Amino acid sequence: MFFTARTMSSPAAARVSRVVQSTLAIVFVVVALSHIGLAVNGIFLGSILAMGAVGITLVFGVMRFANIAHGDMMTLGAYVAFFLLVSVLPEHTGLGPFTFGFPLLIAMPVSMAAVAALAVGMDVFVFRRLRLRRANIVTIEIASLGIAIAVRGFVQMVWGTPVRYFPNEGRAHFSLPADISIAPNHLFVSGAALALAIALHLLLTRTKQGKAMRATSDNPDLARASGINTERVLLWTWGIAGALAGAAGVLLVIFNATAQLKPTMGFQLLVPLFAAVVVGGIGNPYGAFIGAMLIGISMEVSTAWALPTYKPAIAFTVMVIVLLFRPRGILGSKG
Amino acid sequence: MLEFLTAFAILIGIYSVFTLGLNVHWGYTGLFNIGVAGFFALGAYAASLLTIRPPSSDQVDDYLYAGDLANRLEGLPVIGALDVWFVAALMAASLVTAAVALVVGTITIRLRGDYLAIATLGIAESVRLVFLNERWLGNGSKGLYTIPRVFDGIVPAQDYDRVYLVVVLVVFAALFLGIRALVHSPWGRVLRAIREDEVTAEASGKHVFRFKLQAFVLGAVIMGIGGALYAFNLRAISPSAFTPLLGTFIIWAMLVVGGSGRLYAPIVGAFIVWGIWSGSQFLPDPLSSPNVRYFSVGVLVVLVLVYAPDGVTPLLSRVRERWTARRRLRRAVAEE
Repeated sequence: MFFTARTMSSPAAARVSRVVQSTLAIVFVVVALSHIGLAVNGIFLGSILAMGAVGITLVFGVMRFANIAHGDMMTLGAYVAFFLLVSVLPEHTGLGPFTFGFPLLIAMPVSMAAVAALAVGMDVFVFRRLRLRRANIVTIEIASLGIAIAVRGFVQMVWGTPVRYFPNEGRAHFSLPADISIAPNHLFVSGAALALAIALHLLLTRTKQGKAMRATSDNPDLARASGINTERVLLWTWGIAGALAGAAGVLLVIFNATAQLKPTMGFQLLVPLFAAVVVGGIGNPYGAFIGAMLIGISMEVSTAWALPTYKPAIAFTVMVIVLLFRPRGILGSKG
Repeated sequence: MLEFLTAFAILIGIYSVFTLGLNVHWGYTGLFNIGVAGFFALGAYAASLLTIRPPSSDQVDDYLYAGDLANRLEGLPVIGALDVWFVAALMAASLVTAAVALVVGTITIRLRGDYLAIATLGIAESVRLVFLNERWLGNGSKGLYTIPRVFDGIVPAQDYDRVYLVVVLVVFAALFLGIRALVHSPWGRVLRAIREDEVTAEASGKHVFRFKLQAFVLGAVIMGIGGALYAFNLRAISPSAFTPLLGTFIIWAMLVVGGSGRLYAPIVGAFIVWGIWSGSQFLPDPLSSPNVRYFSVGVLVVLVLVYAPDGVTPLLSRVRERWTARRRLRRAVAEE
């Protein structure tokens, strides 16, 4: 942005910029440590944001557009799981220390598959046609806005606007020293997020399909010239992003103390999700993970002074501050 | 029925104003603003706060500042066709949105399209959160509701809607003619050149950033005026009107359906989308629910983008061309 353009022009100014960046980083760490209880919560919120942000950034990597429908894909995932838990699967709550029962472990993969199917369908029926017509990026983006609203309308048509709840029972928190209290569900949330992140890392680095995805993200033309079927790579990317969004939606519900679902729950996370993507360096899945943690911790720690309803504005402010010093995000590539 | 049609026409007029502003941003300049709701809210709150009564002494309300301009300027009610305070309120809405757009634009316009989108979305949400949470300023979720009537005392209250329709149409016509003149001016040609190819415009010696910033501020001002018109219509506003769905998406839907970058797109799009939106309440029961509306307008936008990327307006003009061609043919046949 305009600051950096100016600061990069002289070595002295670049040094000043580096000093300011380190100071900001130190201030962030000190503030987070002084509110360690909130910061720990922020890590849990960050793991949910990471699931969504990694999906957005993967899609951006191969298609160069920020998918606005991602938040509502999360919502749909949560409602699919709700449907399964209430109408299909046996009733059971209180698995181990958690508020939910074993049916959730079945419902979660199913809703991941359902949202992945929706994402692939979106590409086949909408985005591929726009792509073949060489439509402008923003046209594609508006189409994703249209899909976002249609998905939310669908959720509201089927399940209505009132708040719904997963079957759950109250559970005691784990108390740790230094005022840290951890809900057992939060451990499940971050455990599941970590497992999915590791699975994704292995997929991207160890499998042929993952390598093809990274190649397409780096340089689509070169990838196509090397014989990679980029259309199939796109479908894979949409499928993975959809599965992650479905998982994030389910985890978002059990993250909440009363396990509630709202039709707007995903769309409301869009600003923090985009902030995480941009802060980490748009297109970079590892950056999205780091960005999500930074944004999650900032949002939770800010509640020490600001009203909790301001959390999305905090996420946005953190994004602007990071962009001022690193216009390509923390892990963004140069050039 | 007549009342419904009047209210319907007023809202089409107001939404046409927003879509006109968005057409300046996206249709003519290529600025991807998905924070229309932010400028909408700023205009509505600025105009309302300037004209509402001070908070009552029984402390039901939380807001502290009110302009009370409608009562203070009661002595000089009408200039030309409009109340002085009403004109002042529209100007205040323009000034506030212009100031915010100038700051936001200076920071964000150099960003790539999707960054600008994320920035405008974040700003719109922040604006809404400020009016929701800072109760001393915007009265929180209760909103502002002592907004005065235009031509109060001159026109009986039951005729307000009909009179207000004329006011909205006058304001819209003025803005529409202004935009039409600007679009056909050299300035408008530069904007379209920027939309088509920024690098070429820059290479031809045009200061791209300055033109984009001017277009951003102009579009935002039009949206602010739309917000003010919205406030004086129902004479009550609350943060729930400025959600991304109601404040931004529906306006994008209107522009896309109308055909972005086309002069008449705002009117055509507002008519079609608002027709579906508010006409669907007359459908039989399961279809009349607002949830069906969200779904159908979302699907409509996607269908238009996939199958009629230039919107509906070119289809209409094609129909008109075919009609005149047929008439010409018939006349030629008749002459023979």
